[in-house]
Amino acid sequence: MRNQNYNVPSGISSQFSVNLSLEIFKKMCLVRYFELGLIDAIKEKQVNYQAYLSTGQEAIAAALATEIRDYLVFTQHRAHDVYLTFGGNPKMLRDEFLGLPTGTSQGKAGSNCLQFHQNGLVMFGHHGFIGENVPQAVGAALATKKKTVCFFGDGAAEEDYVFSAMGFAATHKLPVYFVCIDNDLSILTPTKVRRSWKITDIAKAFGMPAIDIADDPWTILHQTQELNNNLPALINCYVCRAHWHVGVGVDDPPEWDRYQLVKNELISLGHEHSISDIEKQVRQSMETLWDKKLLLKPLKQ
Amino acid sequence: MGQETVAETIKAITRKHLEENNSLLLGQCISAVGWVNGTVPDCQGIIELPMTDIAGAGIAVGAAMMGIRPIFVVRFQDFMTLNGSPFINYAAKSKELHGRSTPVFIRALASEGIGPVHSGVLHSMFMHFPGFLVCSPMTPKEYKNVWQVFMEKDDPVFVSEHRLSFQSTEELLDVMHEHADITLYAISASRFQLAEVANELGKEGITCNIVHIVWLKPFDILDRYLEPLTRSKRGLIIDASFEICGAARSIAYELEQASGYPVKALGLQDNTKCLCPPFQNKFPDAKKICESVRKILST
Repeated sequence: MRNQNYNVPSGISSQFSVNLSLEIFKKMCLVRYFELGLIDAIKEKQVNYQAYLSTGQEAIAAALATEIRDYLVFTQHRAHDVYLTFGGNPKMLRDEFLGLPTGTSQGKAGSNCLQFHQNGLVMFGHHGFIGENVPQAVGAALATKKKTVCFFGDGAAEEDYVFSAMGFAATHKLPVYFVCIDNDLSILTPTKVRRSWKITDIAKAFGMPAIDIADDPWTILHQTQELNNNLPALINCYVCRAHWHVGVGVDDPPEWDRYQLVKNELISLGHEHSISDIEKQVRQSMETLWDKKLLLKPLKQ
Repeated sequence: MGQETVAETIKAITRKHLEENNSLLLGQCISAVGWVNGTVPDCQGIIELPMTDIAGAGIAVGAAMMGIRPIFVVRFQDFMTLNGSPFINYAAKSKELHGRSTPVFIRALASEGIGPVHSGVLHSMFMHFPGFLVCSPMTPKEYKNVWQVFMEKDDPVFVSEHRLSFQSTEELLDVMHEHADITLYAISASRFQLAEVANELGKEGITCNIVHIVWLKPFDILDRYLEPLTRSKRGLIIDASFEICGAARSIAYELEQASGYPVKALGLQDNTKCLCPPFQNKFPDAKKICESVRKILST
């Protein structure tokens, strides 16, 4: 069952180019270091709004962003990862947290209702009803016939309207890629307490391809390349949330840290220097973004 | 008086929109029984939703987010308690939150006398939430105007229809008197009762101004509303939805504040609309309205 290597083929990382692997890692870095800056800003009360942190689940969006960047994108409440990896502007997300008019939604929406409609990215967030983005994604695909990716969690997978919308997508053969970010927690209630079934079995019953996999980015990429001409389809990705459902707190250490596992893999492939350079570069740019002195300036606006 | 019924008007508007603008109409059981009282054409763009009330509305919202201005049909307004959430939580908020509108035309049909789950009139509920335009057209011309507003603006519009209007070809006009005893303002199907009310009360020497209300939100305090009230010095708002926290009381408050004259409200009692008389809790008919007017004028 759920583990860090679930359905991860041996040696899968070596099937992809070095450049692509490093691009994925760079995107993962972006999310992690953006959120490290955000966490500091929250602890120091420069940011006073709630944050739904993506740390721990970066690999999924980072991998998908290299493959399906041109899809219509529908996200859930925990969406910093999708936003940053698919090309959302980090400064605008920071400004949203600061409640500034230069934020993604002029500071009116916040962490869990992220949207971005620039640089060719069409990304809609939800408004707090867990899984409401699933029928919306299906409706968007119905209206436009465009390929659409919809991110939701294992909790959302239990919403009745999520099932119904998946069934509708299957009936109408709509090009929707359902991506379930399965961190095994609804707030803190584990999946096994909540249900006895798997969302992949539901999807298969609707007649669409579906697979459970760990959040290994190369495996996700591989599966996506297999599925993206056979939509609708679903992947359920086992992942570990590093922080609380909302806020910067932590409980027990996560079962695995995919960021470190990806680093280890890249080092084993001989890319230690490259990833060190990438990490340094991203860390510096995020430290500049969240620089305490610079933060004072926008806060005074 | 025109020749086209309200139902035919809705059907013609819909056909034009679906065929010329490549839009969609989404709803449950659209084609099976009478094409929703003859209001839906058999043409391209009709999406038969499965019996998935919340997801169905969410799919309509998703289509609206793509800017195609879909029409969503719910055959009985009672079902809006299920279908409402995607509209309330997303469509109505998106413009204010993100500067991105979600225009969708929500056709919610009301009925009378067919029991506790098919006779509801719920427009008051949608007036409560920011972000909706709410209206209740009862004539062909009003429906055309409402559609024009929807196409010119970018908001979700809640259209509180009533089956009692569908076969009507009549335009309902305001009636003003120089020395009226009271001004009656009516909403939804109650509007069809006003001519009889004026006639009955006229026999008793009571003169009524009659004012028709189509737009519930935003509710602009028009001269057409205030001017007769300042002369009659008494007003009554009549609506086919529940009176408590309802459109009639809300508008009565607005007009009373604006005019300084007392304005009462008359809507449904705080009871379930049951199946059979005398428990139907029907919308205010001529008899009820007359009783209410007599009571107001006697105090």
